[in-house]
Amino acid sequence: MDTTVAPTGTEGQTWGGGSNPLKASYGKMMMWFFILSDALTFSGFLAAYGFSRFKFIEEWPIADEVFNHFPFMHGTDAPMFYVALMTFILIGSSVTMVLAVDAGHHMDKKKVSFYLLLTVIGGLIFVGSQAWEWKNFINGEYGAVKTKGGKILQFTDAEGSRVALHEFVTVGERPVDALANNEGIWYQSDDPIGSTYTIDEVRKGFAANPDLRIRTQVLQVDAETGASHKTMLSREESLFKLNNQAVGVVEGANLSENEYGAPLFADFFFFITGFHGFHVFSGVVFNLIIFFNVLLGTYERRGSYEMVEKVGLYWHFVDLVWVFVFTFFYLV
Amino acid sequence: MADHAAHTDGHAEHKLEIFRGLVKFKSNTQKIWGVLIFLSLITIVEVILGYIKPDSLNGHILGLKILNWIFIILTLVKAYYITWDFMHMRDEVSGLRRAVVWTGVFLIIYLIAILLVEGEYIYQVYKNAAVSFDF
Repeated sequence: MDTTVAPTGTEGQTWGGGSNPLKASYGKMMMWFFILSDALTFSGFLAAYGFSRFKFIEEWPIADEVFNHFPFMHGTDAPMFYVALMTFILIGSSVTMVLAVDAGHHMDKKKVSFYLLLTVIGGLIFVGSQAWEWKNFINGEYGAVKTKGGKILQFTDAEGSRVALHEFVTVGERPVDALANNEGIWYQSDDPIGSTYTIDEVRKGFAANPDLRIRTQVLQVDAETGASHKTMLSREESLFKLNNQAVGVVEGANLSENEYGAPLFADFFFFITGFHGFHVFSGVVFNLIIFFNVLLGTYERRGSYEMVEKVGLYWHFVDLVWVFVFTFFYLV
Repeated sequence: MADHAAHTDGHAEHKLEIFRGLVKFKSNTQKIWGVLIFLSLITIVEVILGYIKPDSLNGHILGLKILNWIFIILTLVKAYYITWDFMHMRDEVSGLRRAVVWTGVFLIIYLIAILLVEGEYIYQVYKNAAVSFDF
């Protein structure tokens, strides 16, 4: 039986492009397509973030208030400066990477290894900074209370500057003794209240300080300047809200609560920066592997430093994603 | 010898012009530093704008603040130079460039447009509809 396929004139060839289609090696081209798919993954996350933000456009937390810490400058309000510094660190490590790639083109083993080492260090500083950001966000700063509907109420003085819970709430009697470390079983947690203060203690402290007001998470647009700020309640409205609608104390942020506003904000922050941080971490591991390969002379013997270039593409991609995360989480 | 290696590893000469030929660097290393300075300048502008948040940029165009448009455009500019010069997309053949960039740009615009329109619609239902959970 004649089952042969009609001849197309390409027999004996791998495919039309030969072994180097698009004039890029197989590995480099596939790294590009992996990066494309990874870019689509990150876009999916960021677009979902945008979706949720547009859904709750009037009550989204203000990033400047959430991320305003700077190392060794405790208590100063430094919105965004630390993330800006992190951006410079990551762009800097991108530069050392591209210098390593360039040195590889000139088969300069010494320079390649030196620049790769700098890149690894830059990556580690970045991941460390990310961890520090997480720590600040998880611990929170002022504390707040949440309502039955899951909204956040924050405390301010009469002028509108924020007041922390510990400034006006005192810890009262505790009916139960928490288990000490040497009494519990390792998986048992004993935290009957779940926060430093109970809601009744907050009410008491609030009633005793006539200067205090409550700020809701609803954003209002100033008709004159067009700037938006959170809604401030009067003393009477504040008392009414706190005594009738507040159900619990929130300190810091986790996947189910967020003292700065919508818990969704915290969910997306942890997920997207966590996924990005994981990329940075894996990039550091790849960089370390090729760093040792460079030292061992693997690429010298191979006659080409293309592996540095391929891992470099991945590393630049991580920087590229950060540029977008920086814009959409901190600036916009 | 070094030059010989640069030519045989399959890598064509680097294109050393940026800004459509307005700036031309003498070597690839010099171009890298030039692009770093440019990217840093953009980041500094972004941080200054984000810190001051000038009231004059609070107007809206297409449902988004002018300030936010500026941030997004500056981000795309940064992304372009990272991809073109750090990732050497400028030196690749146009087929590879289009296969990667056009695919990504098309799908991302599509995804963002659909999700943001839907988000805005849900916001309107929550806010204005007679039954706030009836979509």
